[in-house]
Amino acid sequence: MSQVSSDWVADAEIAPPLPAVRGTSLLRRSLKLWRTRIGLALVGFIVLLAIVGPYVAPYGPNTPVGAPNSTPGGKAVLGTDYLGQDVLSRVLYGGRSILVLAVIATALGLVAGTAIGLVAAYSRNALDDTLMRGMDVFMALPQILLALVAVTIVGPHAWVVVAAIALTTAPRIARVARGAAQPIVERDFIAASEAMGVPRWRIVSGELLPNCLGPLMVEASLRLTYSITLIAALAYLGLTPNPNDANWGIMIKQNQFVLAVQPWGAVAPIIAIALLTMGTGLIGDGIARTAAGIDRARGEE
Amino acid sequence: MSRFRPSGVWGFILRRLLLGVVVLILVSILVFLATQALPSDPALAILGRSATPASLAALRRQLHLDRSVIDQYWTWVTGLLHGNLGTSLAAQEPVTTLLSPKLVNSAVLVAVAAVVSIPLSIAIGAWAALKRDKAFDRTSSNLLLALAALPEFVVALVLVIVFATTVFHVLPAISTVPPGSRPWNNWVALVLPTITLVIAVAPYVARIMRASMIEVLESDYVEMARLKGLPERTVLVRHALPNALGPVFQVIALNLAYLAGGIIIIEFVFNYSGIGGAITEAVVNHDLPVVQALAILIAAVYVILNLLADVATILVTPKLRTQL
Repeated sequence: MSQVSSDWVADAEIAPPLPAVRGTSLLRRSLKLWRTRIGLALVGFIVLLAIVGPYVAPYGPNTPVGAPNSTPGGKAVLGTDYLGQDVLSRVLYGGRSILVLAVIATALGLVAGTAIGLVAAYSRNALDDTLMRGMDVFMALPQILLALVAVTIVGPHAWVVVAAIALTTAPRIARVARGAAQPIVERDFIAASEAMGVPRWRIVSGELLPNCLGPLMVEASLRLTYSITLIAALAYLGLTPNPNDANWGIMIKQNQFVLAVQPWGAVAPIIAIALLTMGTGLIGDGIARTAAGIDRARGEE
Repeated sequence: MSRFRPSGVWGFILRRLLLGVVVLILVSILVFLATQALPSDPALAILGRSATPASLAALRRQLHLDRSVIDQYWTWVTGLLHGNLGTSLAAQEPVTTLLSPKLVNSAVLVAVAAVVSIPLSIAIGAWAALKRDKAFDRTSSNLLLALAALPEFVVALVLVIVFATTVFHVLPAISTVPPGSRPWNNWVALVLPTITLVIAVAPYVARIMRASMIEVLESDYVEMARLKGLPERTVLVRHALPNALGPVFQVIALNLAYLAGGIIIIEFVFNYSGIGGAITEAVVNHDLPVVQALAILIAAVYVILNLLADVATILVTPKLRTQL
């Protein structure tokens, strides 16, 4: 999948900014769409799996339960992996780290990017140019490349991966936040607040931010999908602190080469990741359609 | 930059070009400084524990590590501009010798994927727009939405499971290109990586093509052409299609730029001998000159394709030209 849909397309001259919508009502309205409901169900299922999984797993994630690569049946419902560990148990354990890291990285990038984008749009001076050119530099590197460079230099720690993803998520969010805030900065109610002497940070957080939530939520859901993908991909490349952790990415890498003998070791985590990213993708599309007014437009066009 | 504003299309291209150069210079500083922050001593890393103080000092001098940071950066950048990317620490070979065959392999893969995916996705998008809200449109839209959300390595592995290892056994699961041979010598091995790249790109291009085509089909000039009594075929091919392609160019360039990063993981899945495999290997081996060179190279491709996307959009959209 591709992470470009909003990166450089977001130029205001090409794509008009989405209309400003209040966040909670946007979420509620997006639930009218079946795709949002299906997405929510998929994500809910995987999150539940990740939270409850470790308590219901029949074995520990690193306990040998039988001969390596044995097919499903007997003690192991989904068979064993290349080390004789229970595939089902490892799948039940393997979701937490991906979900936790992806959410933290996206949240950090979202907060930093929103702050930078709104401040840039509100300043309307050299600070705007400086901030956005700085963002361009980080956007000139594909996310996975910056993550790989960071891991080479510092090592495959979880915080490095989180920092690299947050750092590359922020400029993409900042671009959207700035694009959404620019027309609002020109509006009269901002000038009125300024005339009343409202402090600048309150204008940015209290007036500007609530009016940019629609596009930001669309972008945030998109970014979460990419963060999940990246974290799983880095684990799949083997760039994790513990190479035998129960982690869906690591499991796929480990069992890819025995696919012909015992496919479940790789297939089960592949299904888990696929359901998760399809879920976040569907939710994001649902929110985007609602924000753009597509949910109401069909009958009225 | 804001003081300097040449106008017109060429002025716009010039401004975007300058901005691209500035971004690349800043990226090179970023990549260089990042590698400077490395805690370990490259000389020690090369020589290992058997190093004597004298040999370490000699190697440091050879790698210019004894000079100032600015001096080192200058040497590195001028070397870069002269096509000298340094020496790989792991292979003890010039980085250019090491990377150029892999660069060719990656370029072939991306080119094949582009040639297949661009016409295919434009056709799907245009057809979906013509059959709006009919079965084909609904099916393709939902399918593309689902495919777009899947990570590339998941798509790649599903293809491997279906076509190579488990369900059918018709295609190779591994696409290694042996040294000395070329990817097209064994084209069967290219099939699965190509399909993966096509699936990574096509949903985005098809979606924008559909949206753009719908907008054009509802426009006044298409209505005008129909009212004039032109055959529907002429209306579509001569009037609608060329106008709908404008926004699509940008998305195509952006997706090709994305592939510059995306092939890293796909080449790893298929063990394909391209720059993606090279950078993964270099990361594992802490081979900094190779990582530096590839980071700059990929960033340059990314910046150039983004530049082309902007220019193409301006050139094919007359409305935007007036605003410059």
